[in-house]
Amino acid sequence: MSVYSQTLTELATGLEAGEFTSLELTAALLERIAAHNETLNAFITITADEALAAAARADEARAAGTGGTLNGLPIVHKDIFCTRGVKTSCGSKMLDNFISPYDATVVEKLAAAGAVVLGKTNMDEFAMGSSNETSFYGPVRNPWNLECSPGGSSGGSSASVAARLIPAATGTDTGGSIRQPAALTGTVGLKPTYGRVSRYGMIAFASSLDQAGVITRSAEDAARLLGVMAGFDERDSTSIEQAVPDYLAGIGESIRGLRVGIVRQHFDAGLDEQCGARVKDAIAVLESLGATTVEVDLPNLDLSVPTYYVVAPAECSSNLSRFDGVRFGHRAENAEDLEDLYCRSRGEGFGDEVKRRIMTGTYVLSAGYYDAYYLKAQQVRQLIADDFKQAFADVDLIAGPTTPSPAFKLGDKVDDPIQMYLNDIYTIGANLAGLPAISVPCGLVDDMPVGLHLVSRHFGEETLLRCAHQYQLQTDWHKACPEAFK
Amino acid sequence: MSLDKVKVQHIAMLARLKLADEEYASSVEKLSRIVDFVDQLSQADTSDVRPMAHPLDAAQRLRPDAVTETVERDRYQQNAAAVSDGLYLVPKVIE
Repeated sequence: MSVYSQTLTELATGLEAGEFTSLELTAALLERIAAHNETLNAFITITADEALAAAARADEARAAGTGGTLNGLPIVHKDIFCTRGVKTSCGSKMLDNFISPYDATVVEKLAAAGAVVLGKTNMDEFAMGSSNETSFYGPVRNPWNLECSPGGSSGGSSASVAARLIPAATGTDTGGSIRQPAALTGTVGLKPTYGRVSRYGMIAFASSLDQAGVITRSAEDAARLLGVMAGFDERDSTSIEQAVPDYLAGIGESIRGLRVGIVRQHFDAGLDEQCGARVKDAIAVLESLGATTVEVDLPNLDLSVPTYYVVAPAECSSNLSRFDGVRFGHRAENAEDLEDLYCRSRGEGFGDEVKRRIMTGTYVLSAGYYDAYYLKAQQVRQLIADDFKQAFADVDLIAGPTTPSPAFKLGDKVDDPIQMYLNDIYTIGANLAGLPAISVPCGLVDDMPVGLHLVSRHFGEETLLRCAHQYQLQTDWHKACPEAFK
Repeated sequence: MSLDKVKVQHIAMLARLKLADEEYASSVEKLSRIVDFVDQLSQADTSDVRPMAHPLDAAQRLRPDAVTETVERDRYQQNAAAVSDGLYLVPKVIE
């Protein structure tokens, strides 16, 4: 089997057995990235020199018997993670000239475990988008159909994993930005519990919702990476002090007796019928493995998207106020005065969607509107979190669709923000309530992938990963590869 | 439409965003639609509901008041457009 089609777990075995070195593996994947990136536009930066040097160090460490748990394994980072000495653009013209002076905790931890980073992936600008079309560097194309979006905002990560350019990529998820692109590209996308993985060095969008995670081709690989990425970090004030379990240890156990909640509202008119059928097939597989299904109710589900589009823009307007053209980032030329410098640097540096979110956030936080919008949204957010709490009194996890439909065409929704926002209807709830969730490939509709979405209690990642892994032992959807990338 | 050009100009000023004249028509239209969309929140009964402060109900952690950072000003300032003698340069503020 060629190296590019292997999972991290398989590659780890190959490296250990001496079938190939990390240097050979890295060179082969760099070649594959170079061959396909022009078509897919999945990368903003390819770090070939750094990767080859890291691979050589990994090979030396292996020879010396000192390699970490990911020693010599190739990954890529979404370009939202600060990477020392490397351009970290966040998909924006604002940061097109930004060379990060430090590493994000996620970057640091993965490097310490021996992972080799081949590049930084394309994304919606500042992670604001569901199609990767808001990127300053242009849209990423879906390997399953080049006319379609790979989802967003982690679209470069999902496309590169789906096209077998890399076995695993980091991503971030504020409203679905890991799980939705994973679903639309037939990959696995894991968003951990809020606070499980450090946000330090991850360029902030909406700080009460942002969480780092991974896109991989198997749940087993996601478990392997999460074990390295998770954990308390004093540099992130909302990082949670809780021990990190061995996520790989339990994934082999049966899901017999697992109680799976099915949400009535998930299968309403908004869901594509064929997508719904694939998701129901997947749930039947879980039942055949001994899980029992229980109907649960999330009465405020419809309000999750409007709640999100108050809370997230409000936090974004505050977070993005740091971009002022003074300390870093784009700076307008020939400013008349300081005010003009701020306004023009920001007006020129941000794209349309980011400006829209900043202005929405500014509006809902402004005098006279705060109570009606921001305070109200935080109250509804509590109602939504309470709905989940009630549901989890009866079930161990909730299963449903990740997205309302398979991948849409590039250009189809770009002029209609509301239609774009509604793409995240099934994923946003987990962010609002801080819950862990995973999307797992569960079939094809007209040759395009569909995702099964599983949500669990706070810190229920082990349950999610075990259920996803057991499902993948029974099915081959995660092994399906787009024809042009076989 | 719930917003008009004057309102959007005010919001843009508060957000310190300079919009080109031709950006306003589309901004007014799209922002109005977003505001109309989020207006459905007003239908929710939230009497006696405490606004969420943290998704895990956690309290803000405090750290010991100790010096932990080292000064690396020169390295950080490499990303700035204009610096001099360790200072960031901006257009003149006081005549």
